This record gives sequence, structure tokens and C-alpha cells, in this order.
Amino acid sequence: MNVAVGVVLPELRIPVTPTFVVSTAVATRDFQDVHHDRDQAVRRGSKDIFLNILTTTGLVQRYVTDWAGATAMVHRVAIRLGAPCYAYDTLVLTGQVTQVSAAGCVVAVVGRVTGGDHVTGQVEVGRLP
Amino acid sequence: MEDTVNAAVERIRAAGAGPARPARDPVNLPMIRNWLEAIGDRNPRYEQDGLAPPAMTQVWTMRGLHPVADPADPLSAMSAVLDQAGFTSVVATNCEQTYHRYLRDGERVEVRSRLVDVSGPKRTALGEGWFVTTDSTWYVGAEAVASMTFRVLKFRPPDSTAATPASEPAPAATPERAPARAAVSEPAPAATSEQPPAPAAADVLRPVVTRDTAFFWAGTAAGELRIQRCGGCGQLRHPPGPACRQCGADRQDHLVARGTGEIFSFVVHRHPPVPGRRLPIVVVLVELTEGVRMVGELLGADPAQVRIGAAVRVDFVPVDAELTLPAWRLLP
Repeated sequence: MNVAVGVVLPELRIPVTPTFVVSTAVATRDFQDVHHDRDQAVRRGSKDIFLNILTTTGLVQRYVTDWAGATAMVHRVAIRLGAPCYAYDTLVLTGQVTQVSAAGCVVAVVGRVTGGDHVTGQVEVGRLP
Repeated sequence: MEDTVNAAVERIRAAGAGPARPARDPVNLPMIRNWLEAIGDRNPRYEQDGLAPPAMTQVWTMRGLHPVADPADPLSAMSAVLDQAGFTSVVATNCEQTYHRYLRDGERVEVRSRLVDVSGPKRTALGEGWFVTTDSTWYVGAEAVASMTFRVLKFRPPDSTAATPASEPAPAATPERAPARAAVSEPAPAATSEQPPAPAAADVLRPVVTRDTAFFWAGTAAGELRIQRCGGCGQLRHPPGPACRQCGADRQDHLVARGTGEIFSFVVHRHPPVPGRRLPIVVVLVELTEGVRMVGELLGADPAQVRIGAAVRVDFVPVDAELTLPAWRLLP
């Protein structure tokens, strides 16, 4: 991993299909209806089904380890949630290294959707022992 | 009401960490593979070394399809108190997870949570609400392997018919009603091609008609798209003004445009709301066949199908006896 403050990670674009929303919700054992049942999601005031938080956390982790490689070890993922990530939108993840130390680095990550920032956060990553 | 909530906060916080709740299953490769496949994570390390992705930590202790209410769980208990007080909707705002080490295939984890802080009532974009912060720690035996600080906003929906609370079986709250964000953006695949209804006269933003622009609005009312032409040098200009930018003459003339052109640029307007309009709307900058450019609304088009360079023709939308708006439609 080419680590220096300011290094920009390659952008990751994820087409958020209904299949993606549902399969990730089930893989994270989140069975709330707003993640698989559009009628219920609309009834609750959403425009469609949307990603659950465990998936957003997982995508942020994956985005950084895709870049850092198989020997990376993630120490911390801290995220702040914004606009929902609805089915049929595209989630665009971008990231930049903000701190570097002997132990690893911190990457600032932003995930954008049509409605604005879905997620902003920091990931601390080092090496597997 | 505040006293009731604050008393509950003291009671729940004083109770400290709730009982340890064991994961249904030990850490296992089938669930890890399902997760990697769904998330799209191709890192081979997890399967090779029998490790769980760190972001799966919370997955092991999710309550599943048929969760049982757990009054001993601090977040459940606090949510019940706030539900009673009318703060029935929930949106998660922050999640911070720290991983001390990666979990290994076969390990059994359990989680304990405690209430850290409840602050409110606060006015937010979603409505009045309380921020509830909990800490959770995952253990393998006596060893703490991961921890999480989780914050939700429990709020009173401004329009109580719009949102009914989802049961929150685990600290995995998700936005039911999320903050609306300003967005002028590229067309989204979810956009609809609904025909906007004719604007209600009372709601429409009306143009200011001046001596310079009166000819233009008289034209739209008569079904003509008029372009100002300099009475000195013949230069066309839009929007209309008092004097020619080329020769300086203040004599005004106009011609009637053919009403055709091409989309030079456009935006899809989704937010904020516009009086008399149902969003999204497509606002186009049309380059007229005569050469000048004009801003207007594109009617009857699927925002996802709008393209720069597309041919358009003018249409006229009568609002009332005094005002007719020019608008555009895609040519087939």
C-alpha cells in the first residue's frame, strides 16, 4: 500500500440493486422489513428499500481493505450516517489517507448517493500480526 | 414528560451493562462466505485463515427473524420509554466500532451493552427528539474482542401518519425517515417520467414583467416565442434588456422564433420544493435554432432519458389570463 498523507483511493461505484439491498441485509441477519419489502418501506415514509447499517459498515471496511490488500488489519471503523441509500441508486465511495504512523494509517471515507452523503467516516488500518 | 424520561435514563444507566447475550451460532465459514459474497469482498484472507471480517462482529449477535423483546437490554428499555413519550421513530446517526483482534472460525462470542448518554429533547431536521448513545462490547470468554459506540435519534415524526415505528430488535437501527438533502444531480435510474400537473395559478412563481420583457410575455400568451432583436444592428439577444451589448443602440425590435432548438445543458431538480411544482423537474438550457439560449422546464420527459444535444420544441403552458409560461418538450 502506497501510504502517504493525501493519497487518494480509487473510487468504488456500487449499483444498489434491490437484490444487493436484500442479500446484504440477510447476510448481516437484519430482517427489518424496510430492507426487503418495498410496500412496507413506502408505508413507513421511505421511497424504497434501503441499505442497513451493518452493510454500510461492511462496505466501508471492504473499500479500505480492497485498497490496503489481504494482509491489512482494520482496527477501527467510525461512521456517521446521512441520506439513506435506496435501491436503484448508485453508492460512490471515495477515500483519502489523512494520517500515517508506524502502525498504519487512517483513511477518511465518503459514500455518496443521489440524496447527498450516505456515509462519512474514518477507518484505521494496519497489518495483520 | 422530560422528568419521566430523565428518571428512566438514571435508572437504566445506573443498572450498568445488561446481561451478556450469546451469539446464536459460533463464528462459522458459511455465514462468512455469505457475507463476503453479498458485500462483494474478494479478500481471500478470511477463508484461507478462517478469520471473520471485522465488520461482521455485530452480525454474530443479531437477534434474527423473530426477535424477542428484551427489557434488560439498555437500548430496548430506553426505546420503550421514548416510544411511550411519543418519540416513536428512530434513525441511527453514528456507529464507531473498534476491533481488538479478528474473530476465528469456531469461536463463540457474546455481547453486553450499557446506556451511556441520553440528551434532549432537541429540535432536529426530522422533528423533536432525543439522542441515545450506547456502548457494546463483544467477548470471547473473558476476552474483549471488539467494542461499539452506537447513537440513534429517537424522534417524534412531525407527520405522525407518515411513519410508524419499526421494532428495533437489536442495536441496528436504520433510518425510516431520513433527512432530505439538497440535490441537483445527474438523472437517477429511479426517476419517474410522470407528467407534472398543470401548475396552480396561486402557487406559481410569477415573472416580473418590465418594459423590456413585456413583448416576450405578450408573445407567450399569443403562442409565440419572441426573441429580442436590436433595432440598430439586428443582433439577437436573450434575456431581453434595454440596450444592445454589441452596438449600444436602445431601439428594440423582435422576431418570432421557430420554437425549435437543442438541449445545451440541464439539471434535474429534486430538492428543495418549488411552489406549484411536483419534483423532480428537469430544467433545460435550450440553444434555439436562431442561436440564443433560453432556460425553461422540460415537460413529459423521464429525467434518466434527457441528454445534451437532444432536439426540443417549445410548448406553452397557460397559467391564468395574464400569464403563459414557455416550456419545452423532446422531439421524437
